[in-house]
Amino acid sequence: MATITTEDLKSLFVRIAEAMARERDRLCELDGVIGDADHGIAMELGFTAAAKAVSELDSSTSEPTLVFNTAAKSFLNAVGASSGPLYATALMRAGAVAKGKASLGDDDMVEIFAAFAKGIQDRGKAEVGEKTMVDAWAPAAAACRAARDRGLSFADCFAAALKAGEAGAEATKDMIAAKGRSSRLGDRALGHMDPGAASAVVIMACFHDHFM
Amino acid sequence: MKTKKLINEGAAAVDEMLAGILAAHPRHLRAIEGSPRSIVANHGPRASKVGLVIGGGSGHEPTFLGFVGKGLADAAAIGNVFASPPPDPIIECAKAASGGAGVLFMYGNYAGDVMNFDMAAEMLAMDDIEVRTVLTTDDIASAPVDQKDRRRGVAGNVFIFKAAGAACDLMYGFDDVERVARWANERTYTMGVALSPCSLPQTRKPNFEIGADEMEIGMGIHGEPGVARGPMRSADEVSSELVGKILDEMKPAPGDRVAVLVNSLGSTPLMELYIMMRKVKAMLDDAGVVVHLSLVGNYCTSLEMAGASITLMHLDDELQRLIDHPCDCAMFRSGEVL
Repeated sequence: MATITTEDLKSLFVRIAEAMARERDRLCELDGVIGDADHGIAMELGFTAAAKAVSELDSSTSEPTLVFNTAAKSFLNAVGASSGPLYATALMRAGAVAKGKASLGDDDMVEIFAAFAKGIQDRGKAEVGEKTMVDAWAPAAAACRAARDRGLSFADCFAAALKAGEAGAEATKDMIAAKGRSSRLGDRALGHMDPGAASAVVIMACFHDHFM
Repeated sequence: MKTKKLINEGAAAVDEMLAGILAAHPRHLRAIEGSPRSIVANHGPRASKVGLVIGGGSGHEPTFLGFVGKGLADAAAIGNVFASPPPDPIIECAKAASGGAGVLFMYGNYAGDVMNFDMAAEMLAMDDIEVRTVLTTDDIASAPVDQKDRRRGVAGNVFIFKAAGAACDLMYGFDDVERVARWANERTYTMGVALSPCSLPQTRKPNFEIGADEMEIGMGIHGEPGVARGPMRSADEVSSELVGKILDEMKPAPGDRVAVLVNSLGSTPLMELYIMMRKVKAMLDDAGVVVHLSLVGNYCTSLEMAGASITLMHLDDELQRLIDHPCDCAMFRSGEVL
């Protein structure tokens, strides 16, 4: 039985921020093909702000829910854009699942992952197949929960989620966008991975690597 | 290779620009204490007047904050380069603009802006500030006419904000301000062409690639690819295509009046804009359409992108009166000096 603490979550945000800094230019290039080339900047900025804000929390007095809510607020105010409201909503939903818990177990972590994905879908009102980050998040959340239903540890659940998320992001190459800026492109966006789906996989990989 | 820019740290570009704007225009503008990305008109908001809040990403100057001032917008919330502002600065703008008669949000139709402004509106409802929203959708290249609500807002913002801001200044009620704002958007048509890319201050890399002898028709003001890429053509040919597409949709009758905007996307100079203006005027003359007002210059830019857009607002008596109403903003003035 896993026990995830505030300290674990704080270091998870540092890991995501570092990963976004590494991936920034690749994400901007993906976005430049079909959008305005700023997605990597927004993601780095947002998670850097989130990691900094949560690192200032006192781990001895802060519960996990506060980590998520602090990250949500700082991400949103640093970024705006599309990714701000989407990830802020995701993080607030994760915070709601963690509410009242001093530490988090396997079921909590799987629920948090699912709530995170659901928050993005609710805020952006996108469905699977519309060439957005939902094409990575929705199958990842489903795979995560299915793995938990088979009795796997949450670390193994995150491995299943990552695999499904990668496949989902890959599938966006064959999609025509229905939401977001690239929706005005018609079939010119064909063949290009959606940058939001690509950055979603970066986050999933951090969840996986951090808890394996 | 990185593009050349007169900046300091890329990440500081927006805030340093704002500091410069406040230094240059203290008579017109101030930032809200504790909310430096919320820019308010010194002489705009007043009791019982509907407040007008505009906003969006940086990099389009003088859009948005150049249109903050008496007779136009009361406040603008400023985001990072090409990125919507988050809800907090929007909320602060709305509070500053509120005169108790409601606050109208107007901004271009982009997914990020819609989410952030909607979140702000939800939070303001809890403070008993009534907010309504009118999205601008003037870019006719960005979606077919039967999907107008999917179109993005571009340079036509200038006319649409101007009409709504004048209605607010004339103390129209909330319903009438909203009606006028929607009508102004409905009657405004823009289409543009891009010749070379821009680069973001943080990356200093061109945001798209285009051949030396190519241009992109219908490109968005963030460098979003347009509807078609083709060989570079002359000013007259490009102007003809843009005006032709606009007139096809506008369907003016002889004797109808328009306001014209020939707008640079950043680095295209006035010489080229006026060459285009000459052709626009000739085409409108041929169609029997009267040019009531023309603006030529940098009104809605995309950093240093090369290219231009043409906007026509199809005037009626009310829109003409609102467009002619005086305004006094940091980067835009019209009518008598106030």
